Amino acid sequence: MNAVLTPFAASMQTAAASPLPGSGLAWLDTARHEALRAFLERGLPDSRNELWKYTALRALQQRAYAPSDYEATSRPVSNDFLWPDGCDGPRAVFVNGVFRADLSRLDDLADGVILQPLSVSLQHQAEPLRFLLAARGEEDDGFTLLNRALAADGLVVRVADGARVSQPLHVVHVGTGADDAVAWHLRDLIEVGEDASLTVIEHHVGDDASGHLANLVRDITLRERAQLDWVIVQRASSEATLLRRTDCVLHENARLNLHALELGGKLARHELRAELAGAHARFTSRGAFVLHGRQHADAEVLVTHSGRDTVSDSLWRGVAGDRARGVVHGRILVRPGADGSDGSFYNKNLLLSATAEIDTRPALEIYADEVKANHGATVGQLDENILFYLRSRGISLEVARRMLVRAFCAVTLDGIEPPSLREHCEALLAEQLPETEA
Amino acid sequence: MLKIENLHARVAGKEILKGLSLEAKSGEVHAIMGPNGAGKSTLGNVLAGRSGYEVTEGTVTFDGQDLLAMEPEARAAAGVFLAFQYPVEIPGVNNTYFLRAALNAQRKGRGETELDSMQFLKLVRERVKEMGMTPELLNRAVNEGFSGGEKKRNEVFQMAVLEPRLAILDETDSGLDIDALKQVAEGVNRLRSPERGFLVITHYQRLLDYIVPDFVHVLADGRIVESGDAKLAQELEAHGYAWVRDRTPTEAHA
Repeated sequence: MNAVLTPFAASMQTAAASPLPGSGLAWLDTARHEALRAFLERGLPDSRNELWKYTALRALQQRAYAPSDYEATSRPVSNDFLWPDGCDGPRAVFVNGVFRADLSRLDDLADGVILQPLSVSLQHQAEPLRFLLAARGEEDDGFTLLNRALAADGLVVRVADGARVSQPLHVVHVGTGADDAVAWHLRDLIEVGEDASLTVIEHHVGDDASGHLANLVRDITLRERAQLDWVIVQRASSEATLLRRTDCVLHENARLNLHALELGGKLARHELRAELAGAHARFTSRGAFVLHGRQHADAEVLVTHSGRDTVSDSLWRGVAGDRARGVVHGRILVRPGADGSDGSFYNKNLLLSATAEIDTRPALEIYADEVKANHGATVGQLDENILFYLRSRGISLEVARRMLVRAFCAVTLDGIEPPSLREHCEALLAEQLPETEA
Repeated sequence: MLKIENLHARVAGKEILKGLSLEAKSGEVHAIMGPNGAGKSTLGNVLAGRSGYEVTEGTVTFDGQDLLAMEPEARAAAGVFLAFQYPVEIPGVNNTYFLRAALNAQRKGRGETELDSMQFLKLVRERVKEMGMTPELLNRAVNEGFSGGEKKRNEVFQMAVLEPRLAILDETDSGLDIDALKQVAEGVNRLRSPERGFLVITHYQRLLDYIVPDFVHVLADGRIVESGDAKLAQELEAHGYAWVRDRTPTEAHA
C-alpha cells in the first residue's frame, strides 16, 4: 500500500493480517480494514496536532512491535500484581493484553452488573457492539484508528438502571516478560444506567523489563443520575508505552469522579474527554504524576460543557526530576446553550532538577452566558527554606524531599475510597521520589 | 559543650561574622544581644548549617566534634536545635507525622531504637500537656495558618519533644505580645536542665526578664564586644547599644 512505511506502521500492518476475535463478521472486518487504511495514510500524530504538541513519537516510529504474546494466556503473574492493597472483591485481569479468566474473579458480581470480555462478546454477541465498533470518531487520531483496526479484547461492563454497586470492580492490566516487545489494543465500554452507581479501580502494573505498547480506548456512558467513581493507579513497567483515550458522556445529573495516580511507564499518556451533555452533570478529576529518569507523562483533560448548569472541577499535580518530562493540558470548552456552567482547572507542578521539564496549558473556550470558569497553572521547585527546616529537625535531605513531594500530591488523593486504597496510593507516592537533582 | 573560635562567615559575599568566639557549657543559658545587622541570626544559621552561609575562618566544636563539617540533620541528631525566627509553614505535612519522623531520624542517627507510634503518641501527649499546648495542634499541618505566637510556641514544643543538648533561640521573642512572650519563656524555663545549654539570641532585653541568662554577650559588627552576667542586659536596656559600640572587643582576638 505504501512503500515507505515506518517500522512501527509496518509492524501494525503485519498484525492486522492475523485473524482477531470477531473476524469474519462482515461489518467488523470492513470497519477494521478501513481503520487500518486510514491509519496507514495518516500515521501517528505529530506536533502539528495540538493535543500531541509536547509528546513526540519519533522514537516510537522506529520501533516494531510483535502482534501478540502467544504465551499471554499461560504466563505466571506475581501475586503482588494481582493483590495490590485495597484490592479485594471482583476483578478482571488482562495479561499482555489478553483477558485471563483464570486470574480474574467475576463470579460474585453484584446484581445488575453485566461484565464480559470484549473477545467473548465479539464471538457470541457482537451485534449490540456494532454501533460502537463500526462508527468512525470525529476526532480519531492514529492510535484510536489502530485500536479500531486491531482491538482484540477489552471489557464490556453494563450496570442496570437503579443498581447501586458498592463493591469496587478492579481492572488489572499486567505487562510482563514477553521476549519481544508486544503491542496490544484494548477497547472498553462502560455504561452505567439511570440511578445506578459503580466504582472502578484500574491498576496498571508491570515487570520493569517489559517494553510493551498498550493502546487503550474506552467509552464511558453515564445515564441520568448515574455515578461512576473511577480510580487509576498507574505503575506500568518503566519501559512501557501506555496510550489511553477515554471518551465519557454524562447525561442529566450524572456524576463522574476520577482520581488518577500516574507513576509508571516510559511514556504514559491519557487523553480524557468528558462531555457534560445533560443539565447538572458533574465531573471532578484529581490527578498526580511523579516522574523520574527519562519518563514522559501526558495528561490531557478535555472537558466539554454542553448541558446547562453543568460543573467540572479538576485539580492536578505534577512532579518531575532527572530528565523527566510532564505535560498537562486542561481544556474547558463551554458550548453555546450551556448557560450557568461552572468549570475549573488547576494545575501545580514541581521540578526537582534543572533538566526536568513540565509543560502546562490550561485553556478556556466559552460560548455561553452566565458561566463561571477558572483556571491556573504554576511550575515551581521545592522550597529551600522548608527543606532546611526539616533537616534542622534531623530529617535527612532525601526523606525531607520525599515528605514534601508526598504532601504536594496528597491533596489529589482526598476522597479516594476505601481508606485502605488511599493509604496504598500515599505509600506508592512516597516510594516514587525522583532521584536527587542534577 | 559548644566552643566557637574566631568564627568568620559570609552571606552573599558580605562578611557578617568577623571573628566571633564563645564558649558555652552544659546547663548554661547564654544570651546573645545586639543591634540589627550585628550578625545575631547569622550565628544561629551558621550553627544549624543553613546553606548560603559561608564560613571563611574559625572553628566550631560541639562535644568535641567539628560541627561545621556536619550536615544539618547530623547536627540535629548530635543535639543542636534551632528555634527559627521565622518558622516555615509546611502545607500537607501533619505535625505528628513530622515530629515522629524527626525524633526517629535523630534517634536512628544516635544509634537508638526508634519509637513506634504508640510510644511516640504517649510521649507527645505528655509534652502537649506539660507545655500547655492545644492537642488539636497535633493534627494540623506544621505551622499552617498558625499565628505568630502559635508558631513560636510550636518551636518550643518541638524542642520539648526532641530534647536537644543545645537549643538556639533565634529572636524567639520577635513579634510576640507580652502574654505570648511569657508562655514561650515558661516553656523554655521548663526545659532548662543541667544537661542542656541555651543560646538565646535577642534584640531586646525584655525576653531576658523571663528567661534569666547566666551570661550575656553583646554582639556588634560580627564580634562579641562585651560579656557579663544578667546585669549587662539591664545596662544595655538603660543605655542602648550605642553604649557598647565604641568599646574594645573583648574576645574578638582571643
